[in-house]
Amino acid sequence: MLVWSRSGRIGAWLLFSLLFGVIYVLPVAVIAIASFAGQWNGVLPSHLTFAHYARAVHSSLSAELRVSLITGVMASAVALVVGTWAALALRKIYGASRLVLDIVFFIPSAVPSVSVGLGLLVAFSRPPILLNGTIAMVVVAHFVLTSAFTYGNVSAGLARLGPEFEQMAESLGARPGYRLRHVTLPLITPYLIAAFSLSFALSMGELGATMMVYPPGWRTLPVGIFALADRGDIFESATLTVLLACATLAVLVGLSYIPTRAASRR
Amino acid sequence: MTSIAAPAIRRTSFNTGWQWVLPPLFFLSVLFFYPLALIVRESLLGHGRSLSLSHYDAVFTSGLFQDALLHTIVIALAASAGCLVLGFVLALVLSFVAFPGARLLARLIDTFIALPTFLVALSFTFIYGSAGILNISLMHLLHVRLPPVDFLYSAWGVILAEVTVYTPFVLRPLLASFSLIEPAQIEIANSLGAGPWRIIRQVILPAAIPALLAGGSLCLLLTTNEFGIVLFISAKGVITLPLLVYDQAVQEFDYTTACVIAAANIGLSLTLYSLYRMIITRFGGFRAGLV
Repeated sequence: MLVWSRSGRIGAWLLFSLLFGVIYVLPVAVIAIASFAGQWNGVLPSHLTFAHYARAVHSSLSAELRVSLITGVMASAVALVVGTWAALALRKIYGASRLVLDIVFFIPSAVPSVSVGLGLLVAFSRPPILLNGTIAMVVVAHFVLTSAFTYGNVSAGLARLGPEFEQMAESLGARPGYRLRHVTLPLITPYLIAAFSLSFALSMGELGATMMVYPPGWRTLPVGIFALADRGDIFESATLTVLLACATLAVLVGLSYIPTRAASRR
Repeated sequence: MTSIAAPAIRRTSFNTGWQWVLPPLFFLSVLFFYPLALIVRESLLGHGRSLSLSHYDAVFTSGLFQDALLHTIVIALAASAGCLVLGFVLALVLSFVAFPGARLLARLIDTFIALPTFLVALSFTFIYGSAGILNISLMHLLHVRLPPVDFLYSAWGVILAEVTVYTPFVLRPLLASFSLIEPAQIEIANSLGAGPWRIIRQVILPAAIPALLAGGSLCLLLTTNEFGIVLFISAKGVITLPLLVYDQAVQEFDYTTACVIAAANIGLSLTLYSLYRMIITRFGGFRAGLV
């Protein structure tokens, strides 16, 4: 323990509570209150109402939540397959080429989202690949922006995996395909779930690339929230932000309950 | 016998390895590297037929671009510094001043990574905006008619929002590195008469340097690339490079200019990413959790 005296400890806690309260609790609390606020002219809203939620459910905005969920699941699923594949394949490559490929698979996470969107607009509005104006543009953008995180998570999992399980399976005569399906993938399932969760969460909050490429009829919830805030409907946009955050966290909590073999063995 | 067999095994695994890495590499090349290359091509070509740097010349000398570049750098540096200070203080209390629920609180801060970044920017409108809680309270208290606090619609609003959002990226590696410090080390330092400040300076801070460097450089990259917060706060005159790219492409339909700015922005981001990679390679395992 760093601080021995009682007063010192209380001081440290107070400092922590103040920082934590002002920086993390207050924004979330205020958004939550604003989503129920009828009128807010004083320090606190004059009355609370469910009207914003009722309107959100009945308007086109529930369609936007659906678009976000579908895009998030599709992009994260593709990112999971591609990222896991890349991480597995890279284990068989050594030396400088491995380092180069590692950087290649990480680079998408370093490029600003708006530039990713611009690149897709420039590239896929002309032959040979015409995707502009389709839903695929949004899914591709989200895939590109999340693929590196999937790759990173899975390769971290693989790095922590001792070679002995796979070697044992190999010595018992398991073919590579069988080994992958029944030994390697089950062992890294926690990392696969973490990778999918992270890319799904990032996809749900994605704004920059989506604003560049979304076609009419495939507007994600963050874009809708910005449109509302930009118009001055800040209470409505607070309501939708709460819905977005709750939907994201609900999916993440659901994913964390997936039973994994690695966990049950412990 | 092993000396004959070993090279053969290595060679076959090398060959199969290359073959397997091609599908994801191809996928990423078509969807990411090809668009990236076209941005560079468009920035050099524009509507003309020959490659030239004339578009770069025009953009780089414009005041709009220079302002955006300056804002991007200043905001990123200030926000990252803020993340380092706040992350260090929070990690210090969470790790070394025992209190019930510390672990839960650390996890709660961590879930902020899963929330959309603009949530914080939007909440700031209600807290620090001209009709927000803080201003209304102060106006009641001080009996003034004009909102006294007016930092939100400036670079400060963006910086504070980014500090909130990106501190978890410093906190994660810091908590990991603090968990490696032996409690005995601190107790011994204490029993030898070192006060808390001296222990922080001479024991904890040196151990935290790799984590601070890794987290700080990652924050620098993420704050340089941040779009949602800057867009939501939409402070007058606070335009960053990502926002300028968006403005040029979507509002002005000037793709050539947008591509020049995007190329500059990507160059800056890749430089920061190499810095981050160099730091984590040099100092070992303390990746800031994400990349």
